[in-house]
Amino acid sequence: MNRPSFVWKLYIAAFYVFLFAPLLVVAIFAFNASPFPSPPWRGFTLAWFIGDGSAFGKPGVLMDPIWLTSIGNSLKVAIPVALLAVVVGTVNAWVLERAEFRGKTFLAMMMLWPLVIPGVVLGISILAFFSRVANGLEDWLQTDLDPLRPGLPLVILGQLSFILTISTLIIAARLRKFDRSLEEAALDLGASRARVLRTITLPFLKPALIGAGLVALLMSFENFNTTLMLVGSDAPLPITMYGQMREGASPAINAVSLFLMLGVGGIASLFALTSKAEA
Amino acid sequence: MTSPPDLDLLNITKRFGSHRAVDDVTFSVAPGEFFSILGPSGCGKTTLMRMIAGFEDPTSGDIRIRDKSMIGVPANRRPVNMVFQSLALFPMMSVGENIAYGLTCRGVARAEAEKRANRMLERVGLKGFGDRRVTALSGGQRQRVAIARCLVLEPTLVLLDEPLGALDLKLREHMKIELKQLQATFNTTFAYITHDQSEALVMSDRIAVMNQGRFEQVGSPRELYHNPATPFVASFVGETNRWQGEIASTAGGTVALRLPSGATIMGEGAASQKSALAFVRPEAIALSQDQAALGTLPNRFEGRVAAVLFDGANSSLLVETPGFDEPVRAVLPQAGPLAGIAVGAPIHLGWASQATKVFAA
Amino acid sequence: MRSAQRLTLFLLMAPAVLWLGLLIVLPHVEILILSFSERVAPRVYAFGAGNYLEFFTEPLYWRTFARTAIMSILVTAITLVLAFPIALYIARVARGPTKAMLLLLCLLPFWVSELVRTLGWMMLLRETGVISYLLRMTGLADQPVEMLYNDGAVILGLVYGGLLFMIVPLANALESLEPAVVEAGFDLGGSRWTVLRRIVIPHAMPGIVAGSIIVFMLTVGNFATPVLLGGKNGLWFTEQIYAQFITRFNWPQGAAFGMLLLLLSSTIVWVGLRLTGQSLGTTLRQA
Repeated sequence: MNRPSFVWKLYIAAFYVFLFAPLLVVAIFAFNASPFPSPPWRGFTLAWFIGDGSAFGKPGVLMDPIWLTSIGNSLKVAIPVALLAVVVGTVNAWVLERAEFRGKTFLAMMMLWPLVIPGVVLGISILAFFSRVANGLEDWLQTDLDPLRPGLPLVILGQLSFILTISTLIIAARLRKFDRSLEEAALDLGASRARVLRTITLPFLKPALIGAGLVALLMSFENFNTTLMLVGSDAPLPITMYGQMREGASPAINAVSLFLMLGVGGIASLFALTSKAEA
Repeated sequence: MTSPPDLDLLNITKRFGSHRAVDDVTFSVAPGEFFSILGPSGCGKTTLMRMIAGFEDPTSGDIRIRDKSMIGVPANRRPVNMVFQSLALFPMMSVGENIAYGLTCRGVARAEAEKRANRMLERVGLKGFGDRRVTALSGGQRQRVAIARCLVLEPTLVLLDEPLGALDLKLREHMKIELKQLQATFNTTFAYITHDQSEALVMSDRIAVMNQGRFEQVGSPRELYHNPATPFVASFVGETNRWQGEIASTAGGTVALRLPSGATIMGEGAASQKSALAFVRPEAIALSQDQAALGTLPNRFEGRVAAVLFDGANSSLLVETPGFDEPVRAVLPQAGPLAGIAVGAPIHLGWASQATKVFAA
Repeated sequence: MRSAQRLTLFLLMAPAVLWLGLLIVLPHVEILILSFSERVAPRVYAFGAGNYLEFFTEPLYWRTFARTAIMSILVTAITLVLAFPIALYIARVARGPTKAMLLLLCLLPFWVSELVRTLGWMMLLRETGVISYLLRMTGLADQPVEMLYNDGAVILGLVYGGLLFMIVPLANALESLEPAVVEAGFDLGGSRWTVLRRIVIPHAMPGIVAGSIIVFMLTVGNFATPVLLGGKNGLWFTEQIYAQFITRFNWPQGAAFGMLLLLLSSTIVWVGLRLTGQSLGTTLRQA
């Protein structure tokens, strides 16, 4: 078993080609000087990034209000999601690792549950529930409650429903490794509880907090299934991409995808660095 | 004692449910004293220490430091600092930051704190280590940082919770001496807990032996060793032979104890009951190949060497002796004529009645 | 003191309770209720199982459901077979930096959006795509070949999307196998195949179960891949849910479909765990 056969090695190589072929194709054709994202190769251009539309009739990503608004909408969702995921995830991790109460195992199970619910079902259930709440409250208060209707605030809630599980798990795993005598030692040396939290516990958790934040940012930016059910008129990036892919898009979508890949690469290496610092 | 004690515990009891972890403990520690609490694991010594540090509240009783009651005073307001079993050095800070931590908590300015931390590092022999990471230190160096971190605050009392437990044997022997010297130079009061009798005996001015939540005896290392007050102390502190029997007669301070086999040994002690325990230290037993050399000793027996336990200066013999269920253990001097004795050789043994401590069983 | 502690605990638990209550439990209660309400007149609803009856009487619905379930099982099986040699190689053959490299290279594509990956496959497979172009250039085909919009494309896309979630738990499980055990297997006269079947695969069982459950869940719940790669022939059940909710605005029917999908996904997870006697917590942690 320790001397891999040639066939096996060949299979491994083929597998990695298979793995990266779609991504490479997407990246390469972002630079193709053609109005369609398909062969043949018609020469190198940056028009799909910074073109004003004079060359191929459609502008590049950085000049196109549709793409820019979508990216903006995604950020409007992803940033609050990441911040809330870190804050609430930390509190949840504290409850799981530090508190003692009846029903803790049940609560821990419940926190895992969102991971086994299909994203589409999460989306429709939140949509239906908040519509009912909005209907009830609007009848009662006689005002419009737009945040509870499909739109970016509801997307934030929908994404949080399962991203919180992930951030809680990441932070709780780190908190579990914490040696509580460090806190006692700091108290013993005269630190107040707030100071212990600030100078000992949070610095220890920092890699996990950053990691959880980055993962939440990424998951929010790329979430499609749950988001699809909850969007209103403001479409985040994946929704716009989906629409363009159905209709047949210009290579601008390749350029957007390349940005996404570079972003992912950057975040992934940041994450790898923080988890290395953790060890 | 003219100055008030640094630490005073009055009838401290700690209950966890129905279990009494610490049961009515009273003692005081004088300024500058090295006081140890010695006991097996689970005897309540850690709970006791955590109550002094302020991490647990006593169920009843009072803890006073320099005559001020500490009941209700949180851990971060007590003039007591603790060296943790795990040392609990802050891994996210440098050595210097670890030592300056307590000072900055007190509001000492950064530059001043750093200056004092450096001076302290110099005093514990770690000059120039301020910028190192704590993870880059050796076991002994970490130990010194943990202690320096407490001493820099000039506390009334330093608590040490088995800090040598994680070190290997050689380093532990070395650190025993170093700790004692450190305590002497700083002249700070130390309260040290351990389950290792040798650590307690070597370093302490006084030792309290603790068992099942209670203090069995408080005294100097010599007192505990030579005049144990209870059977537990006699068997827990130092090596000893232990026999069970019945009191045959009492005359003055001397008692005669009859073993189940019928053999009688003479000892000292106040045993009011019939059933009793006798303890004899291995080094109190004289060995000879010639019965006449043991002369007037009241306890004289003859046996055969069952095993030679060679351990340099700590070597001893196990002597199979008629009348005793188990072999008698006796120290084998490596300088004497018996140094080369072999298993199976006949031997005479004897000891004084003062060497036999008799307790009610 | 006691009441202060209780208050602190209460405050700390509040976010978790709000999250699970408002975003998970109550919404699911809502669609459960919704799925049992029938429209008897405009804007008037009554309790009834009509939406579920509709599912069983309309062939398009239950056929799509069955197709989704069967294809998901097929995708899971293919993913397992494809992933096993890779996981075995990463866990038992590769060493040091190569090993870390191989694993990292596996992870990277899956951090990229599902839509980007699907876009890649569309560009490869479609009539005007890269593969069709290469086939014509090399003379293997004389006219454009359409490889998109069929079941093969859907399965390909879904397998691709599931691979990572199979490789990681498999590699973790295989990692813990003692080399001595494998050597003992050979030493006692086992052939490569027997050692694999009798020693390696049983040892990897927890990883196989964990990976299969996750891949199945992701596949059944997928939306973009079957719709984009399958086109009109995609016919995935999530699409029906979307259609009822968003296009036809028949929420009770969509809620019933949602409950059915949840039921399918939970049942398979439960059966999988039951058959192998594992708990959900350890399984998810493995992934």
